[in-house]
Amino acid sequence: MHEHTHRFRRPVATVASLGLIGALAACGGGGGGGDAASSPGVTKDTIVVGTHQPLTGPAAAGYSSISPATKAYFDYVNSKGGVHGRKITYKVKDDGYNPANTQKVVRELVLKDKVFAIVNGLGTPTHTGVLDFLKTNKVPDLFVASGSRNWNQVKKYPTTFGFQADYTTEAKVQATYIKANLAGKKVCFLGQDDDFGRDALLGLTQVLGEDGVAERQKYVTSNTNVAPQIGKLKSAGCEVVSLATVPGFTALAVGTAARLKFQPQWISTSVGADLNTVGGALGKAAPLLEGFLSSNYLPSAFDAEDPWVKQFKKINAEFNDDAPFTGNTVYGMTVGYLFVQALQQNGKDLTRESLMETVEKGGLDGSGLGKLRYAKDDHAGYGGVRMAKVTGTSQDYFGPTYSTDDGDTPVEEYTEEPTQPPADGIPTE
Amino acid sequence: MIELLARHTLLRHLLVTLAAGVALLALTYTLSPYRNYQLATMAAYLCATAGLTVLVGLSGQLSLGHGALMAVGAYTYALMSAEVGDRGTTGPMLLLLPLVAAVVATAIVGGIVGLAGARLFGPYLAGLTLTLTIVVPAITTTFADQLGGDQGLSVLVEPAPASLGITFPLERWQAWIACAAALLTMLLLANLVHSRFGREMRAVRDDEVAARLSGINVQRTKVIVFVVSAATAGLGGGILAILTQSVSPGAFSLAFSLFLLMAVVIGGIGSLAGAVWGALLLVALPEITDSLADNIGSSPQLAERLDGNLSLAVFGLVLILVTIVFPRGIQGLVSAVSQRTRRSGRPPSSRPGTTTTEDPPTTTSSESIDA
Amino acid sequence: MDPFIFLTVDGLARGAVFAAFALALVLIWRGARLVNFSQGAMAAATTFIAYSVTNASGSYWLGLVAAVVSGLVIGAITERYVMRFVDPTQHLNAVIVALGLVLVIQAILGIIYGSQYRPMDVPFSRSPLSIGDQPLLSPYDIFVFVTVLAVMAGLGFAFTRTDIGLKMRAAAFAPDMARLLGVNVGRMLTLSWALAGAVGGLAALLVVPTELGAHPHATDLVFVYAFTAAVIGGLDSPIGAVVGGLGVGLVLSYVSGYSDNDLSAVVILGLLIGVLLLRPSGLFSHATARQV
Repeated sequence: MHEHTHRFRRPVATVASLGLIGALAACGGGGGGGDAASSPGVTKDTIVVGTHQPLTGPAAAGYSSISPATKAYFDYVNSKGGVHGRKITYKVKDDGYNPANTQKVVRELVLKDKVFAIVNGLGTPTHTGVLDFLKTNKVPDLFVASGSRNWNQVKKYPTTFGFQADYTTEAKVQATYIKANLAGKKVCFLGQDDDFGRDALLGLTQVLGEDGVAERQKYVTSNTNVAPQIGKLKSAGCEVVSLATVPGFTALAVGTAARLKFQPQWISTSVGADLNTVGGALGKAAPLLEGFLSSNYLPSAFDAEDPWVKQFKKINAEFNDDAPFTGNTVYGMTVGYLFVQALQQNGKDLTRESLMETVEKGGLDGSGLGKLRYAKDDHAGYGGVRMAKVTGTSQDYFGPTYSTDDGDTPVEEYTEEPTQPPADGIPTE
Repeated sequence: MIELLARHTLLRHLLVTLAAGVALLALTYTLSPYRNYQLATMAAYLCATAGLTVLVGLSGQLSLGHGALMAVGAYTYALMSAEVGDRGTTGPMLLLLPLVAAVVATAIVGGIVGLAGARLFGPYLAGLTLTLTIVVPAITTTFADQLGGDQGLSVLVEPAPASLGITFPLERWQAWIACAAALLTMLLLANLVHSRFGREMRAVRDDEVAARLSGINVQRTKVIVFVVSAATAGLGGGILAILTQSVSPGAFSLAFSLFLLMAVVIGGIGSLAGAVWGALLLVALPEITDSLADNIGSSPQLAERLDGNLSLAVFGLVLILVTIVFPRGIQGLVSAVSQRTRRSGRPPSSRPGTTTTEDPPTTTSSESIDA
Repeated sequence: MDPFIFLTVDGLARGAVFAAFALALVLIWRGARLVNFSQGAMAAATTFIAYSVTNASGSYWLGLVAAVVSGLVIGAITERYVMRFVDPTQHLNAVIVALGLVLVIQAILGIIYGSQYRPMDVPFSRSPLSIGDQPLLSPYDIFVFVTVLAVMAGLGFAFTRTDIGLKMRAAAFAPDMARLLGVNVGRMLTLSWALAGAVGGLAALLVVPTELGAHPHATDLVFVYAFTAAVIGGLDSPIGAVVGGLGVGLVLSYVSGYSDNDLSAVVILGLLIGVLLLRPSGLFSHATARQV
């Protein structure tokens, strides 16, 4: 009998602990819904938005300073009274550039913190995994921090909007430059093994032809040894290497190549080219970047005369602890500017649907060199791209701005003047 | 009635499972979508921790690679659901076929590892299973065309059946699926532990030589436990794929495998109820410490550094303290409290090569005395 | 140009680091019969200490000394104040406590230093010297080889020729007998951990700057590969650690150099399974398979 009762106890204990879990889970559960009247995350005087960023992990170098810049811009706007009387709260969650973490933190933001929108979620592999979830929950997914073409699929993902000049667009402009200035050289490619790399390669081959890109290598962020890839590029005799890499891996590629006595002409997409970030990762080897070419679509952080840079520097000094001013700062603040502009143009009656309609009207501009392409049937971001070159400790634009798209539109010179920022750096209606 | 229940293990377990199922069903209606998602995650973890606690605690085989086995299940689910989805399958079959495939595939992988590991002892088996965890990203990268590299694959998940109503939250539906899987796992494992095979398994753990002398096929026993444990991990992986609607190698990192083991230890090694505690801990602890970090982090920079790290530090400290001071884990504490009155002093047996705690009055260890 | 020679030298240089790290694991295994799963995290901590010292002083060499000294201290503290309290009859307990230490150490590092990679400089050029058109090895590779050789020679000498080394061996293999002979077994164990901490710290300092830099997780993979090397060689055997380490380094280098895909981890798993199927206790182990 003793043994019987003894045996009986365990399942009972199991049930008891299951019940306890329920109690534990429930006590944190909170009230739940109750947001029938307006969209979640919006009250009379606040708007809560969230983002997922690689504050740690392989892509943290450089990118981790984007969300503080965005937040600083929001703080600046808040200090001037906010937008239509609402102050913006920006919840930043670290996903470590790990798609599995992104799944978790975005659910936290949407289901638990009940954010109004996801703004500038960063990364191609990371953000791709949450598109379905955001669509199911009808969450505006604005200004994704990546140049993948995935964000411009209006039918499939109606709530998702791009921001950057997509990688295909950037690569097409690079390829046009190569054709004109580096003709006859052997062109090769090193890219991240996901849609980031694939989209960039697509742009290159579209202009240069399939045979125009001789050796193609790829890397994954979970393996920091790129010597094999660089070795193959070297033995293939590459003279120009186009990079679709995150900054840490740009530095690894350049550093490893120097070690192997391989010095091609590098041409990088904007996301892996910020001089401060890549130079910082290279440490003492930063002079290797002399002559490093890249494409970009936002003002250069080194151009002290640019009115946007002037404005952003002021905000950076006051609201971002005067953090080092880099391309990532310009990037983060531009995102903040665009979101505020969208809110302004939307007017006081704010719902998720109304904000997305506002963005689709195409009235946003911001600091970009070219135009934003938003329209009813187009969710692509900036379209104007220009080449930049590293000289000494500066990274400056040269030549004309080009515009094209991720399709087969040819690359053409873009002649319109860039937009000027408003006097106080805050967009009006 | 109690006498009857006590004698018929299966019937008793069925009733308990049923009761737990009803309780969980009711619970899902009171929870917000986010809590339901957490409950579902916990249930998915439970499939793996329950299998792991049986493997480590009752058969004495240490696995540091159960996360990798979950990855096998998750990827199999993703590939299979894409396959049957493309053929136009919908409804329950779109859910069940891939889950069965996930279990079978992981069981096969578990069989291979178990065969290789059956003759190894402690640290060598640990080394073998540890290597599994770094093989996962290597394989997903190598076969990036099929497995999606670091980015992973997205998983086709249908919304809750229309018969439940169009406003039925997806998260509640996911919680149902996950809890059903976890209850099934617990039911099967509880019966296994109580069966003749369960006693053989503990005999092997306690003394391989003696077990062999009493006619137990030691190798076969070890391999079978590994297969069972892998199968439940595969089920857990498949459920995780459903929950996150995606699979990627980052979800099954080395750290995750170690977390599973540590959860099992803190919960109370060798005890299925302890596995529940472990799974709960895996979900709850990061949440609690993160909100703690948000509250003490005065400067955003400090908060960012505490975020995540604080939960790791607490988890690690708890782990060290529990192992040194209270090696029978949470469930040991629970049963110690409930058994204090009838505690009988058995001499502590020292079992070389075993991996459970040595103090007998846990429910599991007393089971081994039955044998 | 066939990269064989380059890959061989590159693989040996990485392998030498794995060997040193595996040696640290063997040191503790021989002394305490447990695998120190926190070896990697301890080495991450010493690497950060070296990073801070080098940054403050501007001297790589002071940083190197700091890594070794802090390795000694962390190793000794870990044994004296944590591991000593773990029930030695329960294998799993030591594993779990070590894993707990990993979490605590990495979390503390993360809180102090954040989770950015901190690039570190090396004292010698990493550009390979070439013979004709054939790149061979870099001055830094030579530095790695010399350092690891010196460590091994030093340990070998200490264990076979010095009084304290003999005491340590006695304490490891016949603790009761050693105690009767007046050896302070506990102190010898502390010393084993301290030495292992120092060797591990040094090995990590050799490899971390060649990758992304100091980071709480910078040594995770190094640990896994070194552990694999130690298991392949046989946890009992210092020679096994060296052979295993060099072997793992070479396999990694050849596989990533010759195959288009990064299957190196898979090949390492295959190697591990192959070796263990033939010799369940590793290549150079003298012990029987079962630990009793």
